[in-house]
Amino acid sequence: MNVVEASALGKRYGRTWALRECTLAIPAGRVAALVGPNGAGKTTLLNLAVGLSAPSAGTVTVLGGRRVGSPAALDGIAFVAQDTPLYKNLPVADMLSITRSLNRRFDQPYARARLDELGIPPRRKAGKLSGGQQAQLALTLALARRPRLLVLDEPVAMLDPVARHDFMATVLAAASSDGVSVLLSSHVLAELERVASYLVLLARGQVRLAGEVGDLLSTHGHASLEELAMACLRETQTSEVTR
Amino acid sequence: MTARTVPARPDQDDARLRPVPWRRMAGVTWRQHRIALAGVAVLLGALAVYLWIAGTSLHHAYDAAVACHPASSAACQGLDNTVSGMDNFLSNGYLLQVLPVLIGAFVGAPVLARELETGTFRYAWTQGFGRPRWAVAKLVLLAVVVTAAAGAFGALLTWYYQPFLSDNQFLGLPKTTPFSSGMFDLRGVGFPAWTMAAFAIGVLAGMLIRRVVPAIATTLVVYVGLAFAAAGFLREHYLAPLVTSGLYSNVPSNAWIVSTWWTRDGRVAFGGYPPASVLNQFCPPTSAGKGGGPSEGWGPCLVQHGFTQWTSYQPTSRFWPFQWIEGGWLLALSVLLIAATIWLVHRRAA
Repeated sequence: MNVVEASALGKRYGRTWALRECTLAIPAGRVAALVGPNGAGKTTLLNLAVGLSAPSAGTVTVLGGRRVGSPAALDGIAFVAQDTPLYKNLPVADMLSITRSLNRRFDQPYARARLDELGIPPRRKAGKLSGGQQAQLALTLALARRPRLLVLDEPVAMLDPVARHDFMATVLAAASSDGVSVLLSSHVLAELERVASYLVLLARGQVRLAGEVGDLLSTHGHASLEELAMACLRETQTSEVTR
Repeated sequence: MTARTVPARPDQDDARLRPVPWRRMAGVTWRQHRIALAGVAVLLGALAVYLWIAGTSLHHAYDAAVACHPASSAACQGLDNTVSGMDNFLSNGYLLQVLPVLIGAFVGAPVLARELETGTFRYAWTQGFGRPRWAVAKLVLLAVVVTAAAGAFGALLTWYYQPFLSDNQFLGLPKTTPFSSGMFDLRGVGFPAWTMAAFAIGVLAGMLIRRVVPAIATTLVVYVGLAFAAAGFLREHYLAPLVTSGLYSNVPSNAWIVSTWWTRDGRVAFGGYPPASVLNQFCPPTSAGKGGGPSEGWGPCLVQHGFTQWTSYQPTSRFWPFQWIEGGWLLALSVLLIAATIWLVHRRAA
């Protein structure tokens, strides 16, 4: 089963194509990293996959051929948007109860235990938490929905190194112990080295590279993900300069 | 090599997947909007207590004055003065007319504008409840709650204003037609209908503008424009006005005078007040006595010279038909605006 499958997918804002001719199939059971420089189309692709925006061209399906935005797709995908938006004036406990009300499944004991572990008081307003705690709260809300696919848009961009480490540890634990498929975007390659098993490299709205990390490394003869991505991005830039 | 792809089929469990129950949105809406709703409750509640106290003494004084015989006695004059002395700042209703738009702007406008401004729509619209259903549930629920609260308050206003609309004008209360813009909007179905319309304008403005403060400002401007258009141009055309001739003699008191004009020899001579040229020709101030109003000065004089005065008016018996007509088109407008908002939520690309 593919968690995300796109065929000639494109998204245009006005005259500029934020994403064009995007064809890919991300298999289930992976931690898939969506990598690329700022403005490469990462957020656009994720918004299309979670149904926040509609394609201008092509098609995209999720969770084995389901229509984006269908009840089953909404039910099976948990999304943590960039800068982890939360209702800042609501207490943490209210965020939990709202998320519980809005979904068919919500693992309240898991969410409570997780917030306890993190030392996040339920009465504290979400806006009063530190950046790392807000990110962890958003992630906890997403994981308590027991999704089949967890989508994270630049989850660690605003976090300090310790918070980054803790956040990624939670994601990895969910992926390995609960079998949640993960699709996360980042422009910080170093974070992904340890976690990603599948890579999609975007640049200027187009897919430059996609595949299992192990296969890509051996095919292209690079020692690390960072090296591979850098080499590929440089190549893209050079070819566009010479053109 | 055989390339096998998973066929894009709608899963069997899709059909069996029951949607998240609608009733769950009640708790969600309450948690998110309780501060705004509590604000409405406090505002209307405080005013209701004041109206209740002021209205009770007004009704007592009014009943006493009406029951007093003989009306010309000094004691009865004293009671009349008591009633007219209670003509306080609420009496003309202008102040209370801002309530619907305040509720609409401060409850309605932020509903979607805040989600879009702070980015939380990316949370709300990706939950299992589903984006269009989320919008339908939230907007319908808030519209019903706000309209019901306004309806209850409107019933209290209707009761409060009763003495001002009675025919007992001898009591010295300001002569008021129930169609005057202060009275008409506040009584009967007018108050809740305008509140619902203000809410609907607010949510659509919030969806289009995507920022709270400009959306509130836009709601105020649009509402004021609509209210002035309704009072100034629309309302008098709900039903064709009745027409009568003669110097006001056939126009019932408390009726809403739409327009007056004069004819002579079957042709329209002029509308409203006579121009100076006409007065100088037929009834110059010296021969027409004091001038003044049409009943004592130039009015009878013009009649003697073959002019006829015509008056078109809306009788007070049309108050309730007019209320339902206004309530009806405001309801239709609100439904249209809320439906447009839901469609925009459904269609909006992030």
